[in-house]
Amino acid sequence: MTERTVGVAPREKGAVNLSNSTSTAPDVGLEPVFELRDFSAYYGSFRAVREISFSVERNQITAIIGPSGCGKSTLLRSFNRMNDLVPSARVSGEVLYHGVNLYDPGVDPVEVRRRIGMVFQKPNPFPKSIYDNVAFGPRVAGYKGDMKALVEESLRRAALWEEVREKLGSPGTSLSGGQQQRLCIARAIAVEPDVILMDEPCSALDPIATLRIEELMRELRENYTIVIVTHNMQQAARVSDTTAFLTMGEDRAGYLVEMAPTEQLFTQPANPLTEEYITGRFG
Amino acid sequence: MAGAIQAPQAVRAPSPTSAAVEAALRAGRRDWAGLVAATLLLLTLLTSLAILFVLLADVFGRALPVFAERGFDILTTPLSARPTQAGVAQGLFGSIVLTIFVVVLALPIGILAAVYLEEYAGDNAFARFVNTNIRNLAGVPAIVYGLLGLAVFVTALGAGRSLLAGGLTLAILVLPIVVITTAEALRAVPLTIREAAFGVGATRSEVVTSHVLPYALPGILTGTVLTLARAFGETAPLIMVGAITGVFRTAPGSILESLEGPFTALPTIVFAWSREVKDEFRALTAAAIIVLLVVILTVNAAAVLLRNRYDRRW
Repeated sequence: MTERTVGVAPREKGAVNLSNSTSTAPDVGLEPVFELRDFSAYYGSFRAVREISFSVERNQITAIIGPSGCGKSTLLRSFNRMNDLVPSARVSGEVLYHGVNLYDPGVDPVEVRRRIGMVFQKPNPFPKSIYDNVAFGPRVAGYKGDMKALVEESLRRAALWEEVREKLGSPGTSLSGGQQQRLCIARAIAVEPDVILMDEPCSALDPIATLRIEELMRELRENYTIVIVTHNMQQAARVSDTTAFLTMGEDRAGYLVEMAPTEQLFTQPANPLTEEYITGRFG
Repeated sequence: MAGAIQAPQAVRAPSPTSAAVEAALRAGRRDWAGLVAATLLLLTLLTSLAILFVLLADVFGRALPVFAERGFDILTTPLSARPTQAGVAQGLFGSIVLTIFVVVLALPIGILAAVYLEEYAGDNAFARFVNTNIRNLAGVPAIVYGLLGLAVFVTALGAGRSLLAGGLTLAILVLPIVVITTAEALRAVPLTIREAAFGVGATRSEVVTSHVLPYALPGILTGTVLTLARAFGETAPLIMVGAITGVFRTAPGSILESLEGPFTALPTIVFAWSREVKDEFRALTAAAIIVLLVVILTVNAAAVLLRNRYDRRW
């Protein structure tokens, strides 16, 4: 693994303010990777996400669930400043990553995205060879080591190596949907990130490919912190350790209703809104 | 959710008899309105094709005797007042040099300007202002560019009535079109590809040079090659900046020197010959048109081939 120090000491535990009273931080004592503080995201004058505060623990899978349009993706895309690419997007509040606010003026979004990788809703391999798809990230990061070995290792970790080892030169777009998504995961882990963000990674996949990705996520959890947005509650229940439930307020802004260890959230939700959602009464 | 779906209550309609089904299926109703529309559309298509065919047949009919008599001699002989000796060599040379000007000046500037506008400028008032004006410029009549060339390049900058002035004028003329077609090709690269590249920690310039530009290149090439064909066929601005419509002798000397001397171009020759009094020039005009058409069609075919060769699906 590459060095992952961020250069600024994480803030003291005591300073952390989990303002959400219903949340019970799982496995207290684990190091939080992300801490959100009164985080809001806007598109122009429209507020998409309202004053969210929670934390994401290291080497855990944190699922974000909620009805369509409640700002799940916006929230996720704020974890690596991907939403900067939307011209009218802006934020308020803080996203602390190992204690550093990602939205501080001096923070370089390119460096942020190197550490916090992303897998998108629709598989989006580059129209280049499988090899180049994986090698692009390390190349721009100035990786000096054995690129072939790194590509193989990344493809192995993404459980794709056996299927593509004979055809590394063929285009990434020639693979099936599920394979493409695993290629995108290999591409994300090739730069040896700290965190992998997944934005509904299985929504375009069939059930068998979905199962593969979910298995893979359980394996990746050993080495990475994963935050996944999913529309599929069963998926959140199957793979995640902690689940955050967002919903939309009267102002159409998404807000955090409840965050709890996944089992607890699905069996004894503290908030009636959560219960309504997970039993299928809305959303 | 899954539990909410209820088994539909089976309320069976009485089963229709097979005779009724057959009657309905074979009723043979005609969609008259659709037929009329399709016929009219076909007619408009045939009309435009027919006009084109008549024009081509007329031109070929006139030009063939010239080619039969003189072979491709017409391509290599210079202008002359005597129809039996006149050729388009100077015009062909002039057109090729003008096209090179466009390739060297308008393509790089136009493509880079489009990259800036699409990838770097963002969505601000300045970018919108520039975008709108580039679109307006693309709609300005060619003759106006000719006036500009005359005022700026020929007179103010002292290039004189030369290939240099003509080339600069044509380059300015097609520049907005190059910007627009390039911008459209760049916009056709999906946002998801950009996000993927940004997502692994690429900088904007790495995203543009490693992904956006290479993927947009076929579209850019197709568009810009078509603008070359357009530049090749322009007549009015060249006459404004002094393309010779009569006869002239190319002074012996290097190509560089010929850039500053008198010049003409293929479409200008077509224009000039069509105004000649002698009847023999009718056939020569047609022959020059054929030469012009062959060049432009070749360029367009190249554009189509490029597009088919590199067509990309996302």
